[in-house]
Amino acid sequence: MIAASNSVRVAAILASFFQGEHNSLHPAGPFSTNIEWLYWAIFWIVFVAFVLTILAFARASAKTYSRSEEMLPIMKNEEGDRKAKWAVGTAITITLLTLFAVLFMSVITGKKVEGMSSSNPVTIQITGHQWWWEVTYPNPQADQTVITANEIHIPVGKPVVILTSSADVIHSFWAPSVHGKRDLIPGYSSAFWIQADQPGTYPGRCAEFCGLQHAHMGFSIIAEDEATFEAWEQQQLQPASDPQSAETQHGREVFLTHTCVMCHTIRGTDAGSRVGPDLTHLASRKMIAAETLPNTTGALAGWIVDPQGIKPGNKMTPNPLAADDLNALVTYLRTLQ
Amino acid sequence: MNPTRLIIAISLAASALMVACSREERVLRPSPSASQVVNEAQVSGLNPGANPLPTPPTPSIYEESAYAVSEGKTLFGQYNCSGCHANGGGGIGPPLMDNNWIYGSEPQNIFTTIVQGRPNGMPSFRNRIPEYQVWELVAFVRSLSGLLPKDVAPSRNDQLYVKPPEASMPKQTPVGITGKPSQ
Repeated sequence: MIAASNSVRVAAILASFFQGEHNSLHPAGPFSTNIEWLYWAIFWIVFVAFVLTILAFARASAKTYSRSEEMLPIMKNEEGDRKAKWAVGTAITITLLTLFAVLFMSVITGKKVEGMSSSNPVTIQITGHQWWWEVTYPNPQADQTVITANEIHIPVGKPVVILTSSADVIHSFWAPSVHGKRDLIPGYSSAFWIQADQPGTYPGRCAEFCGLQHAHMGFSIIAEDEATFEAWEQQQLQPASDPQSAETQHGREVFLTHTCVMCHTIRGTDAGSRVGPDLTHLASRKMIAAETLPNTTGALAGWIVDPQGIKPGNKMTPNPLAADDLNALVTYLRTLQ
Repeated sequence: MNPTRLIIAISLAASALMVACSREERVLRPSPSASQVVNEAQVSGLNPGANPLPTPPTPSIYEESAYAVSEGKTLFGQYNCSGCHANGGGGIGPPLMDNNWIYGSEPQNIFTTIVQGRPNGMPSFRNRIPEYQVWELVAFVRSLSGLLPKDVAPSRNDQLYVKPPEASMPKQTPVGITGKPSQ
C-alpha cells in the first residue's frame, strides 16, 4: 500500500518534471535554450557513466567464487597486475577528461548566457522585498517611470536588461523559461539579460530562502508583442482614475485614512509610501500577494482583512475594517485599471 | 559511579532541557489591544486633588519581545519617524535618545503621543498605524535611551549607522513627566 502510494508520488514528480510551467526544460528564449542544451549534454554523459557502472557491478556480482573454508595461498599474477594497472589508469584518464569536457561546456555556456549587445534594450529594475517583487522601468524623466509589482511585462523577441537589487535580505530571481537563477543582494547591483521569443506568461519564483513566506514569493513574466507592450506601458504611466460613484469615493477615503496609506502608493492621490507594492493599477494585475491569490473581489477583501491568516508573517497588517468600509475600499481598488 | 562523573552526567542531561527554551513568542496575528490606555495616560504633572492618578497597566508583551522591538525599529524607518527624529538624535523633531521627555517616558505616554499627535509638528497617527505596531514603535523608542533590558533591545543595525545599536546605549534617567507618581 505504502509502496503503491510512493510509486504514485514518484510518478507524479516525474510527470511534473516534464510538464510543469516553471521548468528549465521548456526554454522560451536564447539564454534558456543554451542552459537546456547544457542540461541534456550533462544528463547523457552521466547516464552513460551510470549504465557502465551498473553493468560493471552486474558482471562482478555474476562471477562465482570458491567458498572453501581453507585459506588459499597467495599467488603472484604479474599478467593480471599489469592488466589492472591499465584498467585503473584508463578509467581515471577517461573520468578526468570527461570532467574537463563538462567544465569546458559549462564555461562556454556561461559565456553565451552572460551577455549580448543591443543599442536600445528595455531596462527593468527588479528589487526583492520580503515577500514580493518591485518592478521599475527606469526613465531619466521621473513621470515616465513605470512602477508595478510581481508582473514583468516585456516585448517579445527583444533583449531586456534586468538590473537587480534587494531591499532587505538576499533573494534570487528565477524564471527558468528565460534564464537561470540570479541572486538579488542588498547593497549590490548587478545586471543580466533575458529574452523571450514566443509570447506567453512565464512563471518565476524566489530561489534563495528569504524568510517565512519564501515559498509564496512568485512573479510572472508576460511576453507580448511590441504594440501591446507599449500600450501597457502608456496605460501604466497614467495616474489612478478619480472615483466616479459615491461608494468608490468612500473607498478612496477609507484608503487614505486607514493603515493602507502608511505603506502603499496610489499615484494621483496623497498616498505615496514605498514600503509595499504600488497599487496605482492594481486591478490590471492578474494575481495579488506575489502570485498567491487571484485578483478577484473576494480574494482581495480576504487579503485586506486577514493577510496574516493567508501568508503568516508577511509585512501587511491585519485590517479589521467595518463591513461597509471594506466593501467600499475593495470596490474602489477594483476600479484601479 | 564516582560523584564527579555523576554531577557532570546530570548537568549534561539537564542542559538537554534547554532545547525547549525559546527566545520569544512571535505574535503574527495580534488581537486589537486595549485602546482605553489612550484616555488613561497622564500627560501633565498636574493632578486633581492631592493624590496622583494611578498608573494604567502597560502591555508589557511588546517590551519583553526582542522580535517586537526589532519590528518597531524597522517601522521607525519605514513610517518615516526618522524624517523628523533622525535615528533618535532629533532634527526637526526632538531627540529620542536623551533623558528629556516632554510628554512622558512611560509606554502609555509615548503611545498617546503617537496616536494623538502633539503641538508644533508631531502628526496624529490614529487609525493609520494599527495599535500593535504603535506598541512596537513605543518599545523601540524606549530602547533608544536604554530603558529596555539589554536582551530585548536590538543588538545590531541593518544599515551602516555610526550610532551603536540600542542594546549598547547607556541607560538614561528620564526627566520631565514620567507618568509615575511624583515623590
